[in-house]
Amino acid sequence: MGFFNYVMRRFALALPTLFGVSVICFTLTYLLPGNPAMVKAGPFATPEHLAEMEHQMGLDRPFPEQYYRYVSGIFKGDLGESASTGRPVSQDFLQRLPATLELNLASLLIAIVIGLPLGVLSAVHRDTLIDHIGRVVGIMGVAMPSFLTGLLFVYVFFYMLNLAPSPLGRLGPGIEPPAHITGLYVIDSLLTGNWTTLRSSLNQLMLPAATLGLSAIAPVARMVRSTMLEILESDYIKAAWAAGLPRRTVIYRDALRNALIPVITISGIVFGFLMAGNAVVESVFSWPGIGNYAVTALLTKDSAPIQSFILFVAVTCVMVNLAVDIAYGLVDPRIRFS
Amino acid sequence: MSSSLSISSSISQPAASSLVWQRLQRNPVSFAALCVIVLIAAAAISAPIVAPYAPDATDPAASLQPPSWHHALGTDEFGRDQLSRIIFAARVDLLVAFAATFVAVSIGGLLGAVVGYSRGWTDTIAMRIVDALMAFPAFVLAMGITAGLGNSTTNVAIAISITQIPAYLRLTRGEMLRLREMEYADAARTVGNPTWRIVLIHLLPNCLPPLIVQATLSTGFALLTMASLSFIGLGIQPPQSEWGVMTAEGASQIVTGEWWLFLFPGLAIMTSVLAFNLIGDGLRDLLDPRMRGLR
Repeated sequence: MGFFNYVMRRFALALPTLFGVSVICFTLTYLLPGNPAMVKAGPFATPEHLAEMEHQMGLDRPFPEQYYRYVSGIFKGDLGESASTGRPVSQDFLQRLPATLELNLASLLIAIVIGLPLGVLSAVHRDTLIDHIGRVVGIMGVAMPSFLTGLLFVYVFFYMLNLAPSPLGRLGPGIEPPAHITGLYVIDSLLTGNWTTLRSSLNQLMLPAATLGLSAIAPVARMVRSTMLEILESDYIKAAWAAGLPRRTVIYRDALRNALIPVITISGIVFGFLMAGNAVVESVFSWPGIGNYAVTALLTKDSAPIQSFILFVAVTCVMVNLAVDIAYGLVDPRIRFS
Repeated sequence: MSSSLSISSSISQPAASSLVWQRLQRNPVSFAALCVIVLIAAAAISAPIVAPYAPDATDPAASLQPPSWHHALGTDEFGRDQLSRIIFAARVDLLVAFAATFVAVSIGGLLGAVVGYSRGWTDTIAMRIVDALMAFPAFVLAMGITAGLGNSTTNVAIAISITQIPAYLRLTRGEMLRLREMEYADAARTVGNPTWRIVLIHLLPNCLPPLIVQATLSTGFALLTMASLSFIGLGIQPPQSEWGVMTAEGASQIVTGEWWLFLFPGLAIMTSVLAFNLIGDGLRDLLDPRMRGLR
């Protein structure tokens, strides 16, 4: 019962935020240049026809009514139509989402696989060389624009060493995508045993995932380090030391296990971080995800994909934070009752 | 009596700032970072004097040259000197970063002070809006606002300030909630000061240290956001020199091996952001000793 209440309370807290997010997104739409009625009516429409179109689309209605239509449209999965592809944005989105998901998950994996040990080592060997290296990596990682990292990777691994394929899309030229199961090429080709596609998709994924992942190593390492430091100072670790337990046991069994809980939180924060970074990285590597879709739409002043992207990212961040809170309550009972 | 008063007031003000200066000098990394920013700013201000060439002077004979004595950072396909363009670009980049941060600190700080002091329903509503705004990753929101307002340098600056206002608002509000309960705030109320005076003259100045730290850190972030926006084609448009635009232009030459075109403007961005972050870190250590060693 306690846990159910906790989940409900979290949901209730997320609702006003979601409402605010939808109002902000709608206001941005309201501001966006370009009249959707004009797009729909075509360039040769008469003023009467245009007015008729505006009336049909409800663009002459007051702000609150238009907002209501906008939100109810979203609940029906109607995100508007892209002026450049001429298709519903929801359809374009579903098609591109797996690419973004694949990139973000791979980057998250890289960030955690490197950032977690780095954070632990920096905390355990505080103020030694490794801690300083960790700090430098952290400071550089925050200051380095992800497009610069990406371009450096392309220059070194594609142009100079010829180890990576050309940075264009998810598969090499002439490679067929695997049968659609999850939409993530790496997983789908693994599941269907399609090794050629697997190799090609991993090759293509390598550099963009490393680029995006590198930008997230710093926050992961920093959070793990500070949690680990806190835990190493705690009473039960002091008790473990006092009991004469070996160093390895204290650090890797008692301390690290507890430091892993915040990794859940970190993953949530980093996921939001990655959602923000993917627009730039996807456009460097011509990765056909939703970030790239939004960037293309920005440049062609195609408003529906832009607002959908912004809404999607914000809602995803709120939902991920909610999921993180719930997961946190699940593993740490103290949170539920506080 | 009057002499002791005047002494104490004359000591307290300059002592604080010279203390900051002294301590900053003792933190060599932050001090070096400060020097870097001063240097870049000085170069930007005196660009027409320092830059070896005009930023838009083309020279077909010298197109796509790698770094050399004549062109320290090489030339682009039109033979424009990279170093000169980078120096001129610093004007736009630093100006937008400073302006956006300044506007955000001013608006966020004032609003935060007001809602933090008044509490009640204005506070509740303001914090709900802040929550909603902070649900957006800053870069994505800046993208949306720039798209909404139209593609121009001013609008990029406005977009970046809007994304930063919530952080300042929340920070100042938190400080205000604490400060308004302090004894000297009670004293100021008892003497009959008007509310605006208590907020602006007595309490707000005491919120400044954390605001200054936050502002330094987010100047770097503002610069990064602007460079990323112009890298993807929003905001500053070519042929204007701006670091993000120049990196994007250089990116198209990468497959033919002209590395200097993307690398140097990219490094300019990184160096400046790094410097702002290091100054911010140093200031935080100075102004908020509790944070020392926790990073």
